[in-house]
Amino acid sequence: MQGQTWKEAKGNRIIISVIGPDRVGIIAGVANVLASNEINILDISQTTLQEYLAMVLIADLKKSRIDLDTLKDQLHQKGQELGVRIDAQHEDVFQFMHRI
Amino acid sequence: MLTIQEILETIKMVQEEKLDIRTITMGISLRDCSHPDPYAACQLIYDKILRLASNLVEVGEKISREYGLPIVNKRISVTPVSMIAEPSRVDSYLPFAQALDRAAKDVGVNYIGGFSALVHKGCTAGDDILLDSLAPALAETERVCGSVNVATTRAGINMDAVYKMGHVIKDLARLTARENGLGCAKLVVFANVPEDNPFMAGAFHGPGEPECVIHVGVSGPGVVKRAVEKVPGADLGTISEEIKKTAFKITRMGELVGRSAAEKLGVPFGIVDLSLAPTPAVGDSVAEILEAMGLERCGTHGSTAALALLNDAVKKGGAMASSSIGGLSGAFIPVSEDAGMIRAVADGSLGMDKLEAMTCVCSVGLDMIAVPGETPAETLSAIIADEAAIGVINQKTTGVRIIPVPGKKVGEMVEFGGLLGRTPVLPLNRYSSAGFIARRGRIPAPIQSLTN
Repeated sequence: MQGQTWKEAKGNRIIISVIGPDRVGIIAGVANVLASNEINILDISQTTLQEYLAMVLIADLKKSRIDLDTLKDQLHQKGQELGVRIDAQHEDVFQFMHRI
Repeated sequence: MLTIQEILETIKMVQEEKLDIRTITMGISLRDCSHPDPYAACQLIYDKILRLASNLVEVGEKISREYGLPIVNKRISVTPVSMIAEPSRVDSYLPFAQALDRAAKDVGVNYIGGFSALVHKGCTAGDDILLDSLAPALAETERVCGSVNVATTRAGINMDAVYKMGHVIKDLARLTARENGLGCAKLVVFANVPEDNPFMAGAFHGPGEPECVIHVGVSGPGVVKRAVEKVPGADLGTISEEIKKTAFKITRMGELVGRSAAEKLGVPFGIVDLSLAPTPAVGDSVAEILEAMGLERCGTHGSTAALALLNDAVKKGGAMASSSIGGLSGAFIPVSEDAGMIRAVADGSLGMDKLEAMTCVCSVGLDMIAVPGETPAETLSAIIADEAAIGVINQKTTGVRIIPVPGKKVGEMVEFGGLLGRTPVLPLNRYSSAGFIARRGRIPAPIQSLTN
């Protein structure tokens, strides 16, 4: 990654991952946190990981004024309420690993 | 668009397989800090480190949160102190070590490397003072690491320095006897030392490096082990392929973090060093990778071949992933820091001779090995000479980080604590090497053709 490509990779998109036992209200809970911070959800997909639910959301922070650290804290707190692990990471970490 | 499987693979690497960025190391040139007055020089050194590295730890933690990747250590390497302190008229460089220690503490890094000298062809006046200061300096400071390069393929082996280092290691063990000779864990004796290695204890900022630079060390033995386990019964070519792919992915993380840190700190990005650096945690072990390939215990026949395959595949994957691979890049085999190595030694599968053979094909050398406290200095020098010979002849880096644990006998367990781990004391050959080491002088540089 050099010059142009490196600059292009820098965006405002984040990956939110939810891993834990399935239950009612997980999507609603996460979506609520995002909506209240004006964060647009671009994509949601889910699968099962052994006996757990694994859900991944791609979201856009462009219009939001919250910083990633504060959002992580809010999501972490929501995760504790719901009994699942929720984390948010910058998209680059996945792009860099899986795309040349 | 990324697939959910790809995203989960990355998350699993960090969560379950202990992928981490082992270190962000800021290299700082101290060449403008020399001064005839040693205290003025120490002040210049302290001020410069604080000016350049004061937000290194903060930036490291920010990147770690942003990407969700653990960054275990933030460290600093500096120009070899023998070069900086030489113009100061003193007979000990202890104050320089203390200045580095204070600077490291005040910027919040756990280690600072560079209390070093490059003496492969011979010692200058400053090198001699540094060698004499090593034992007290590393014993009296907490965070300073030292290294001495005693040989290169182009210069041969400086056996005067090798002779001296045996005594330095003995002195350092004695001065830190209360902590099982722990001071020796902060000292590496090298052949063909790289100038841009970000890993301690051997890191320093080489004379060919720029003013200030960011290097990144990535690790992930657990991820590689899982990759090997994913292809049970596969032939070794397939295993090599799997390791390459995994090494590629890990190195990309280092590249991302390095670039990001360099940009945030406003200094150039140096190199990514992909070294499988084990920790005492189960599942974070290089020995367990070899065992996953089908060896009952690390150290048994076949271990050298398995390690050669691993080391080479790691390098190939890493070289594809980044155009700035450097440092040591390969697999480390520090005994006390690797749960699988510790078990192999305790079970009698792994000893000095096999370790030495394994260092011919892996990235560094005899690392974190505890030997009996009564080992003569000449024997330690002879171990260093053997390891230097392997490096010089094979045109690779080798190093020795050995601890003659005061008062301990073969088989006794020694605890170093934390990431330095624990290990049984290894037996050495009981016959003397003193006559050979006492000859001193220089082993000439090897011929570069006719290499069979």
